[in-house]
Amino acid sequence: MASSISLEINGKHYSVNYPPDTPLLYVLRDELGLTGTKYGCGEGMCGACTVLLGGTARRSCQISVSVAASRPITTIEGLENNGQLHPVQQAFLDAGAFQCAYCTSGMILGSVSLLQLNPHPTTEQIVQSLQGNLCRCGTHPRIIEAVQRAAGKMQERVK
Amino acid sequence: MNKAGETLFLEPERYEFRALPMHQFALGRREFFKIFGAGIAVFAVARDVSAMQETAPAPHGFHNEELPKEIGAWLHIGEDGMVTGFAGKAEIGQNVRTSLAQTIADELGVAFENVRMVLGDTALTPFDAGTFGSRTTPTITPQLRKVAAAARDLLLLKASKQWNTQPEKLVAGDGKITDPSSGKFLRYGELARENFGEHQPRAEDSVRPASDWTIAGKPIPKVDAREFVTGAHRYSTDLRPEGMLYGKVLRPPSFGATLISYDDSAAKPLADVVLVHEGDFVGAAAPTVAAAEQALASLHVEWKEVPQISDQEIFSYLKNSALPSREERFRQIKGSVADGLAAATHKRDATYTCAYIAHAPLEPRAAVAQWTGDKLTVWMGTQRPFAVRDDLASIFHVPEKNVRVIVPDTGSAYGGKHTSDAGLEAGRLARAVAGRPVKLVWTREEEFTWAYFRPAGVIEVKSGIAADGKLTAWEFHNYHSGMSGIETPYVVSNQSIEYHQVPLVLRSGSYRGLAATANHFARETHMDTLARAASMDPLDFRMKNLADDRMRAVLEAGAKAFGWPRQKTGEGQGFGVAAGYEKGSYVATFAEIFVDRKAGAVQVKKLVEVFECGAIVNPDGLRNQVVGAMIQGLGGALFEAIQFENGRITNPHFSTYRLPRFRDVPEIEAILLDRKDIPSAGAGETPIMAIAPAIGNAFYDAIRVRLTGLPLQLERYLA
Repeated sequence: MASSISLEINGKHYSVNYPPDTPLLYVLRDELGLTGTKYGCGEGMCGACTVLLGGTARRSCQISVSVAASRPITTIEGLENNGQLHPVQQAFLDAGAFQCAYCTSGMILGSVSLLQLNPHPTTEQIVQSLQGNLCRCGTHPRIIEAVQRAAGKMQERVK
Repeated sequence: MNKAGETLFLEPERYEFRALPMHQFALGRREFFKIFGAGIAVFAVARDVSAMQETAPAPHGFHNEELPKEIGAWLHIGEDGMVTGFAGKAEIGQNVRTSLAQTIADELGVAFENVRMVLGDTALTPFDAGTFGSRTTPTITPQLRKVAAAARDLLLLKASKQWNTQPEKLVAGDGKITDPSSGKFLRYGELARENFGEHQPRAEDSVRPASDWTIAGKPIPKVDAREFVTGAHRYSTDLRPEGMLYGKVLRPPSFGATLISYDDSAAKPLADVVLVHEGDFVGAAAPTVAAAEQALASLHVEWKEVPQISDQEIFSYLKNSALPSREERFRQIKGSVADGLAAATHKRDATYTCAYIAHAPLEPRAAVAQWTGDKLTVWMGTQRPFAVRDDLASIFHVPEKNVRVIVPDTGSAYGGKHTSDAGLEAGRLARAVAGRPVKLVWTREEEFTWAYFRPAGVIEVKSGIAADGKLTAWEFHNYHSGMSGIETPYVVSNQSIEYHQVPLVLRSGSYRGLAATANHFARETHMDTLARAASMDPLDFRMKNLADDRMRAVLEAGAKAFGWPRQKTGEGQGFGVAAGYEKGSYVATFAEIFVDRKAGAVQVKKLVEVFECGAIVNPDGLRNQVVGAMIQGLGGALFEAIQFENGRITNPHFSTYRLPRFRDVPEIEAILLDRKDIPSAGAGETPIMAIAPAIGNAFYDAIRVRLTGLPLQLERYLA
């Protein structure tokens, strides 16, 4: 049965009425219109639905909305800050790291999560971290380049 | 999907797929009256086939339209100087929204930022047969260039009249016509106030040669890239029009199953939940996907299934089920293969196979459909908006002009989004809910099961070479997989090349590179075998049998970059080469592989690929397409294969159907040769087709094991 659930998404508070085991993905997309988070497989195997839960990358098709209620959620729509792209978004733009771009939201959020944990990842660590994200267009080398660019820029900012 | 009483074939040259749409809907009596009572003609008669378009014959509804000749159908210049281009192509990640705008900006002489493209909308754009066959760059790019040149010449003429001078003395560029003698100028927006859209391009409207391009030929970034990194872009799957319901279709348990009983007595009547049952089609529309699923789960249905063959027996089935060759166009014979074999010093025969594979676009098939009276609008990620429109009109028994198909920029397709199924399903459900839009998004499992596949195939080769390594005989038979890339680019005076039709087993159709991947895998693997037979270096052997300068050039450039011939620096190392020509472009691929026999592991270490498609329109977008094709090619080369049994796909998930991931990607070097003296060809497909044979040849070089089936599944051969 549906129950009232409070969510904090991109700094805003929402109250939704859903069965508690509904995957977060469908609440984000169908209820709240946050369609930047994509459906790709529904089984946690493609990463298109990646969001940050308490700052860590998670597959929103694999987390129930009730579990997601416990921590702040960031979706691709919440990365921009006053019209300024997040350095990872900017790096994907600068590297041209997409073709059809359907995987891009998930790739960007996966990379944001990685760089928060590890500001200077090696190529191997980037590969390891994004291994669960599919890009069917084959843009992998540019995605790795984008993550490296973003790491450099974020480092400059810290200095 | 095979249905009783139908025999379905591939159209082997174009790789089109002759299956009927998955659903057929009858007219309800009231609907019948409504349509025919008004006396509206339902079917358009096929008109002239335009040479501009690749045609795709189909037994239903599809027709070709004459392309509009008026400038205004393709190009609009606003009073504010903003230019809009119109083309019926779909943006599916191949970057045509950018490359077409570049072309218009370049020829018309306006800033790139001031051109926008309207694509893939049957109400707004000129007819287009579809976004396939690498046709956009060789057909629509020149068409838009011609139209832009004509518009520019008209603006020059108009300014010259206004200033009482000759147009030759004026200069067009930067969005204005300037008189260099006085420095005065008129902006395009002012000059275009008087509509000249009805004019047609004239023979004397000459286009700039590639050597003079200033905006085309440049690595301009994807035009609306910001929309994609912010999640703002709305794909078909993301649309949520007011009042929208979610649709769901009840799938049969296996291909070709027919519905023999339907009982909805247990279904609860719920507000806004609608069940639709017509023939074998059963679906629901509801305010949420879960509610639609629940409605379908409440039904009691029985299906009658038909026994079907499995992946285990597919290759022998294909070989044994070939029809006697009926058409001359399936055969090419020169000289006498028997004579050529008699003259040969070395002879080699082999059989190659190629499994069914899936497109697996990350955005699954999806559509949003809305009826307003007897008018239907469908938003859908498709490569063939006009064909989908025709299908919808035919299936719903309304005139084509009542149907509008709009293609939002789509989450890729790779040849997989030619059919109208999702649109038909959403359209049928929407017809039951009186004006409310219905969105239908296929699940990944539906996508893997109910779409269609790159066909499996068997290829047989017989060949002979003289003592000096010259080819003397070449016989090549492709069973089922298709004719793309079937001709050999090598010089051989005795050859027999033939395509053999086999009735479809699994629903099959277009795919990036079409059959060129299978045909190149067979041919280039076989060429490697022959080189070994002649004790020649595989590159030298190819060069000895090649006369085509463009193919020689890509091989030479690749050899230089790769360092061919390379000395092995360790055990298990291997090097391979493969090359080919298709759809106006050339490719050569060099692979380095490392085989660790003890660990039972194989690693593709490095791929170097040289690609040449004439004058490059956008080197940045092209590089993405070439590298992307290389990586996508790795999947079909190494591990992708659809498994099936009794009409069921047994690996319809990303967990069981393996796609290339980050760890699979080797070091990649893509070299783009820019031939400004050659018209631009399309580039979406050819860069995929030499990957598999280059890797297979490298594997042989490493451990002397010759693999003849795709996917190669290299690890399987290690003890």
